[in-house]
Amino acid sequence: MSRVRRWLPGLLLVTPSIIAIAVFVYGMLGWNFRLAMTDQHDEISTGEFVGLENFVSLWDQERWGISVRHAIVFTAVFVGGALILGWLLAFLMEKGIRGEGGFRTIYLFPMAISFVATGVVWRWLMNSGQDDQAVGLNRLFDGLGLDFLQNSWFRDQDWGMAAMAIPAIWQMSGYVMALFLAGFRGVPEELREAARVDGCREWQVYRYVVLPFLRPVTLSALIILGHISLKVFDLIVSVSGKQIITDVPAVFMWVAVFDSHDPAKGATIAAYIVLSVTVFVVPYLIWNARRERRS
Amino acid sequence: MTTAVAAPPRAGNQAPKAPRRARWPVYLRFTLLLGFIVVFLIPVYVLLVTSFKPLSEADPSQAWSLPSVWTTEAWQVAWERLKPGIANSFLLAVPGALISAALGAMNGFVLSKWRFPGSDLVFTLFLFGMFIPYQGVMIPLVQLMVTLGVYGGIPGLVLAHVVYGIPICTLIFRNYYVTIPDELMEASRVDGAGMLRTFWSIVLPVSGPAFAVVIIWQFTSMWNDFLFAVFLTGPTSWPTTVMLNNIAGAQTVPYSQQMAAAIIASVPTMVVYVLLGRFFMRGLMAGALKG
Repeated sequence: MSRVRRWLPGLLLVTPSIIAIAVFVYGMLGWNFRLAMTDQHDEISTGEFVGLENFVSLWDQERWGISVRHAIVFTAVFVGGALILGWLLAFLMEKGIRGEGGFRTIYLFPMAISFVATGVVWRWLMNSGQDDQAVGLNRLFDGLGLDFLQNSWFRDQDWGMAAMAIPAIWQMSGYVMALFLAGFRGVPEELREAARVDGCREWQVYRYVVLPFLRPVTLSALIILGHISLKVFDLIVSVSGKQIITDVPAVFMWVAVFDSHDPAKGATIAAYIVLSVTVFVVPYLIWNARRERRS
Repeated sequence: MTTAVAAPPRAGNQAPKAPRRARWPVYLRFTLLLGFIVVFLIPVYVLLVTSFKPLSEADPSQAWSLPSVWTTEAWQVAWERLKPGIANSFLLAVPGALISAALGAMNGFVLSKWRFPGSDLVFTLFLFGMFIPYQGVMIPLVQLMVTLGVYGGIPGLVLAHVVYGIPICTLIFRNYYVTIPDELMEASRVDGAGMLRTFWSIVLPVSGPAFAVVIIWQFTSMWNDFLFAVFLTGPTSWPTTVMLNNIAGAQTVPYSQQMAAAIIASVPTMVVYVLLGRFFMRGLMAGALKG
């Protein structure tokens, strides 16, 4: 009994948050899935249960296929680009460099700004006008005699989404750098020294001592970038609005809710976004919880 | 820093036992880093330069050049249009951040220092809330808020941000409180203090840094949020981001005004970042769990 009296107050103090999370996170996710399984395709009808029909029929829509393809291209370029650039910046800085604080401050500042604000300038930079009409980067290339680099950026039919990933890389690679830098600094100097004494070359030290230490950081970065990427919304809307040429599931969902007034369809798209994130976040959380218990 | 290592090794300062150790020359690394700085700052240059240009210099041929006449015309127009949104954003982000911090402190304290059976599970279930795409809750959230009659206003938006901010705030406080020795709690218990007393007199007085991290983090994310705002608010309660997007999305608004508006919209979070970057960094790192 006295044991219960010992922990009960704690439980009571957290109860409001538990209820809030239960209702607003889990309850609403469930509600959304339920809605996705009805035929409530306008805002007046009550909606009958139709099972997974919406989940199947969504694939018949051309726009959905396009937005999924876009999301995959965007994710590949963004995650890959931000990881490589962030790692490179950290690698260049890891052994200490004059003015490190200044470098870090500048690489990281985009993190403090909204995608909507940066979208304004990136839309200008990636303006598709060329030659005489060119502004932004196309104009810069033109002026530098690099005309062949001029392109239509995010308006390109096939690779527009790769261009769309550039602002996202710009915004997030400083963050990845900070993560990797913390990872690099977590490698005990004694270990590196021991490897050197044993005759390892510097690249071998890097390969066999430092890289294994960076694995957890890389995984964290991958998860963070991946889940940002799969739900990307602000950036796309602010750079190009709701055009199909840069459509992604999150924008499509917005259109389904506010323009097509189709709650069931919106909920179905949302459910797909949730599922795509869940499949890798849940294993990650379990892995993280285990790791924490071990230490 | 370990004491066993005298100083971080630098080029030209290598131990004699490994004379042929290949190192990236410092100047090469430095030059590369500076090069990246230039690339990183291109958007900033464009924002500033364009925002000070008069309309007469809006020609594409002068896109990259400095304004020949500097003017704050565009800034004045942008400020007038953005003002209501900025007021709304402050009304949203200041109370929101404070409430979030209060909840986070209580949760973090209990989940690290006053555990109950199953508290680890509760914590993991909270964490999942940090990663869910908010699209997955948006439609039911809108429906619920319509039913409750808080749809379209700032209080509803504060509620959403506070609730979905619980996971990260709890995480930051919990990780901070883990570093407080358990003996302090025991001592307090032995002295007959209950949980609230212990929290109030022992834990809260040393919680300053965690509060700074959480308040800054929540302020920044609420200020920069677009998704919740666009789904949950109406024209009179639009925060800065939505207003900025409306200004920038209109084809008729000249670039100079768009860019001035983008800068104005970013000033508060930039000020916070420059003055309190250290705490901002810690919030970022917490987002990576234990990474």
